Amino acid sequence: MAENVTPRVRAPREASVGEVVSVRTLISHPMESGMRRDGDGNVIPRSIINRFVCTFNGEVVVDVTMEPSIATNPYFQFEAKVMESGTFNFTWYDDDGSVYEDSSDITVS
Amino acid sequence: MSLTRREFVGTSLTSAAAFAAFPSMSFAATADEAIAAYTGGAATSDAGITLIAPEIAENGNTVQIEVSAPGAEEIIMFAAGNPNPNVATFKFGPMSGSQAATTRIRLAGEQDVIAIAKMPDGSFLKAVSNVKVTIGGCGG
Repeated sequence: MAENVTPRVRAPREASVGEVVSVRTLISHPMESGMRRDGDGNVIPRSIINRFVCTFNGEVVVDVTMEPSIATNPYFQFEAKVMESGTFNFTWYDDDGSVYEDSSDITVS
Repeated sequence: MSLTRREFVGTSLTSAAAFAAFPSMSFAATADEAIAAYTGGAATSDAGITLIAPEIAENGNTVQIEVSAPGAEEIIMFAAGNPNPNVATFKFGPMSGSQAATTRIRLAGEQDVIAIAKMPDGSFLKAVSNVKVTIGGCGG
């Protein structure tokens, strides 16, 4: 069970119609790979975020399937093309069933 | 039972060797097999895909990788030398502004990082970049 999972998102608040905007996301999470061992030689069970989805007004921007090779505190940077004002929704899916969410509004003029 | 230093060093080495052999036994899927499974054995082209990775990564726990393949439907990333070679799959939706993404990955040691882009016409593009790693990032 991951604790203190905090999503952080940086997306512009304003853009012009048809502009390609850069979106950066970071979520604090240990991303335990299932490869490490504790001091007694027991395998520490895998506990990662296995999927990340970004949508804009309900339509997918990027859908990422993640494996244990993604580093601690998963970071993503990608671009979205905005044609109208709306909301970016960001969703992270944990192995343990937890879902972490964040959102960011953008005004397009 | 108290271990002498000599005994302790001996058992540690044995267990270290057993651990080193373990990943290769339990993960039969190598990067080549994983790539073949993804592409269905189709030939890949080198043009039209860019993979930006550092030449030398001091810390294998977090290595920033940037990949871009204009027009791609999906980009899949592999780390050939990791116990589990799969890294991530990016599926680009209708709102994406470019078929490019940046993320941070773990690398167990010096190895090739491979990106394969799936194009809408069913063809595949492949880019490979060798990364030297000073400190491995997979806890081995």
